[in-house]
Amino acid sequence: MATTVHEPPRIEQQPQPRGVLDSGGGRGNQIPPQGSTRAVQYAPPPASTGIWVGIAAIAMTFAALTSALIVRRGGAADWRHFTIPSILYFNTILLIASSVTLEISRRRVADFMSNAQPKLTNPVRWLHLTLGLGFLFVIGQYIAWRQLSAQGVYLASNPNSSFFYVLTAAHALHVLGGLGGLIRVIRKFGNFSLRRSTLDATSRYWHFMDVLWIYLLLLMWAKL
Amino acid sequence: MHDMSAQAHVAHHAPPTSFIRKHIFSIDHKVIGKQYYGLALVAVFVGMVLSWLMRLHLGWTNLAIPGLHWLSSTGAPGNVMTPEYYLQLMTMHGTIMVFFVLTTAPFAAFGNFFLPIQVGAEDMPFPRFNMMSFWVTLVAFLVMISSFFVSDGPTLGGWTQYAPLSAVGSVAGPGQGMGVILWASSIAIFCIGQLLGSLNFITTTLDMRTKGMSLWRLPLSTWGWFITSVMGLTAFAVLMPACILLILDHVAGTSFFVASNLVLNDQLQPHAGGSTLLWQHLFWFFGHPEVYIAIVPGMGIVSHVLTVNMRRPMLSHRVLVYSMGALAVLSYMVYGHHMFVSGMNPISSIVFSFPTLIITIPSTIIVLIWLGSLYGSRLRINSASLFALGMISMFISGGVSGFFLAQPSLDIMLHATYFVVGHFHLVMAVAAIFGIFSGTYFWFPKMFGRMMDERLGKIHFWLTFVGAYCIFMPFHYAGLAGNVRRYQAFVDDYLQPLIPLHRFITVAALATGAAQFIFLYNLIHSRYWGEKAPDNPWQATSLEWATPTTPPPYDNFGGKLPVVYHDPYQYGIEGSTGDYVMQNSPEKIQSVGEEA
Amino acid sequence: MAKLFAVTIIVIAILSAIPILQHTWWLPQDISTHGQPIDEQMSETMAEAGISFLASQILLAIFIWKYSKPRPNERIKNFPGGAMGLVIAAFLLVGTEVLALGAFGAKAWANIYLTPPSANAMPIQVQAGQFAFYFRYPGPDGKFGPIHPDMISEANANFMGLDTTHDADSKDDIVTAEMAIPVNREIHLLMHSKDLGHSFYVPELRVHQDFLPGLDLAIHFTATKIGKYEIVCTQLCGLGHYNMKAYLYVMSQEDFDNWLKKEAAMQ
Repeated sequence: MATTVHEPPRIEQQPQPRGVLDSGGGRGNQIPPQGSTRAVQYAPPPASTGIWVGIAAIAMTFAALTSALIVRRGGAADWRHFTIPSILYFNTILLIASSVTLEISRRRVADFMSNAQPKLTNPVRWLHLTLGLGFLFVIGQYIAWRQLSAQGVYLASNPNSSFFYVLTAAHALHVLGGLGGLIRVIRKFGNFSLRRSTLDATSRYWHFMDVLWIYLLLLMWAKL
Repeated sequence: MHDMSAQAHVAHHAPPTSFIRKHIFSIDHKVIGKQYYGLALVAVFVGMVLSWLMRLHLGWTNLAIPGLHWLSSTGAPGNVMTPEYYLQLMTMHGTIMVFFVLTTAPFAAFGNFFLPIQVGAEDMPFPRFNMMSFWVTLVAFLVMISSFFVSDGPTLGGWTQYAPLSAVGSVAGPGQGMGVILWASSIAIFCIGQLLGSLNFITTTLDMRTKGMSLWRLPLSTWGWFITSVMGLTAFAVLMPACILLILDHVAGTSFFVASNLVLNDQLQPHAGGSTLLWQHLFWFFGHPEVYIAIVPGMGIVSHVLTVNMRRPMLSHRVLVYSMGALAVLSYMVYGHHMFVSGMNPISSIVFSFPTLIITIPSTIIVLIWLGSLYGSRLRINSASLFALGMISMFISGGVSGFFLAQPSLDIMLHATYFVVGHFHLVMAVAAIFGIFSGTYFWFPKMFGRMMDERLGKIHFWLTFVGAYCIFMPFHYAGLAGNVRRYQAFVDDYLQPLIPLHRFITVAALATGAAQFIFLYNLIHSRYWGEKAPDNPWQATSLEWATPTTPPPYDNFGGKLPVVYHDPYQYGIEGSTGDYVMQNSPEKIQSVGEEA
Repeated sequence: MAKLFAVTIIVIAILSAIPILQHTWWLPQDISTHGQPIDEQMSETMAEAGISFLASQILLAIFIWKYSKPRPNERIKNFPGGAMGLVIAAFLLVGTEVLALGAFGAKAWANIYLTPPSANAMPIQVQAGQFAFYFRYPGPDGKFGPIHPDMISEANANFMGLDTTHDADSKDDIVTAEMAIPVNREIHLLMHSKDLGHSFYVPELRVHQDFLPGLDLAIHFTATKIGKYEIVCTQLCGLGHYNMKAYLYVMSQEDFDNWLKKEAAMQ
């Protein structure tokens, strides 16, 4: 008489995973049965999940700012139009270029890791180029702020400029974070401790900064 | 064995040896969990003392509270609280309790300590972020407390900080200048801490599960923390920019939240064009999920504690998980019910009312599953299970008043009255606190290696359970009679008859608060002089009871991750150790009565 | 211990319900034309919430009483119908209950907030500020002059910033610190805040509406009972919030006309 409270799973006949929720442990499947933790230490760390989670949070922050902009714009009599400094378009090109160079360096690192490219300097050169372009972008943003304030458009001048400064500054801060990540990648690559997943996560973040910037540019172009 | 120790050497997680790395700037999730617990404990007693002062003032408005002038000479000249000081204490009580107790204790404290162990991981994936998360939260707490010591004291705007009161500066009243800036800075910093924590929780649950630990095999407490961390990630990511915009309105002269043509003290304010409702929208988009951030971990903890003490799994593990998930999803669609009479479009009120009412359904399912699981169980009564059952009772009592507040037509009568105060205190504060107590009595042996005193635990339970009802049930009655909240004294004619009721509440609050010192004594005494705890004192099945030592070693499982073979709650069956089989036990499960 | 706990839960549940059943503390008497659906909705919701509250607390108590007894030879039992039965029950019982409540409540709400005021409603303007209400009656011309925020001055007793020398419409406006309205006459209340968020709450009148700085709102209502009531602020507005109130006098038309004349003479 089967009076089980609920279906106990049998170990001998592990059911085939039916969906995401039923599949085994995350990276746990790399552990041999009763195995030591050592195996997992060499498995890719969960940087890739982590970066998506981080991207989701950042996207949420900018979504909140966007809705604030839309609400504030609606029915505001004090909204003044101003022309976006044209250096921003140049900055956009810089940022997109940096994504391209980062992609190239990612390929080179992959080649390097599979021993196709024995020379260490080659990927590093592309990584440095990416880093340089990223710094130029931030400097370009700073120049844009200077140009605006030279025209007398300050943070508090009107809601339009307030949002412009807040959005660009928030984005620039996140780009600086990405630059920190890139420096870390270069350092780790230099002492042979770079994991592929770290590089992948960093570049995913970096590309997200691109997408975010283009979105902000469109938002400001449409609304400001 | 020799091989094992060699492995311990190569582990990148070699345990630290210096005192500072071990106990202060530790990257061990267990130490971080305890640090969060300690922070919440300090915060809850600060918050409680503030509520005592408030209650005394509400019962006897001109009462001199000895020593109060020492806390603030301007706020309490001659030891009698001024109206503004009452509001300042009220704001701090709400803020400290919501952020630094209800968010940190059930979620960050227990979650940090037990989530990695329950999924079978040796640590969180980003331990440095985890360490930052705590220290950032501590900084946030210190910034919040520091506002007591600036010249005109902390902000008086309430924990919701409605603009423009919060955004026009000190012209609006004491504490509305520097006090608000410190408040908003503290909350923005706090958001960073919780975002880092949520990032770790989500990644740990998704990526760090040990072999065999499918998502459906996660204990309900882990599900609670996981769902909460998803909410935390999205909610705090909205509150943080809102706080930054609020700070900019103060320090940079912007006008995000301040409308044109405001006249304060006969002075026309320089701000222009800001939106009054914008803050409310941003705040409640965070604020309503925050309510669930406070209570969902408690639901998970209580479910976990109950299964152990009912000696049976929940009637349906999955339905419980889906219902908690539904609460999380719905929590984003209902925030407008805080704003029914705020002046937003009256049609929006109707639109927001329906999801709010619908949220009753998953809540009811959760309660019914709890009740249905109690049926036919072998209930063990101990401090942990008493508080878990008490939490169910509180959640029911606080939940039913949601029927009223979900309806805009009734909100006309009840908005901003003590009915609302009673509702949210029962359903989110007391229920969540009961979850924390339940978790403390249950997990203390694993966290500190010693048992808590059961007799004191039970006395603590009785006083707290009866006391909480004595405090918060009358709030509803006062609210029905139209008693407006956030009044430092009841000068209106129609509020005079309610003063005796408020005196009763004050006495109950003082007594219930005093009973918490029994808990504090029990905690401290048991920590050092309690009976030594066995590895699995409650005969429980989940992985936190499968650690090789108690408290768990630095890498949780002593270099050997467990492999999971079973669903989390294999109770009420015949196992080699009794009526349960642990998750990591490879033994084949035979259900009771099947052996014949 | 378990039995004591079960009894405690039931005692608390019943004690909590008694003041509700006896209406020891209850909504004040309704003096509005629109309040009846609200009161009915309140009683209806109270009945349903009360039944849910008592039923679940008593069930919790019974189960605690019954299943904490040691029964070594008894197997774990499942609740009849299992989880699915409970889920269906929740959807059917609670689902229909809350949707019905929602529908009736929405009707009561729409009845108040989504109907226009009648054409002959009497316009009154209320201005909220830290920590007082001021009321303005348009005078014989039936028109309100504009508010000049820069002219608002408590010191000069120009509470609403009226320019009586230049604005013709303002000349006959009557500003008062108390609100008087004729009984059984619809009032069209224009709500203006001079500084922060405030609220206009008259429990007897079943009226509750926040002031939005920067955006003037309007509500309408009819009082049906002569008397003196209190208008209180429910939106935290600063240190004097608790003391921000004004009296509402509902008068016969005749008394109201006399009152208005007297107030006009005092301007």
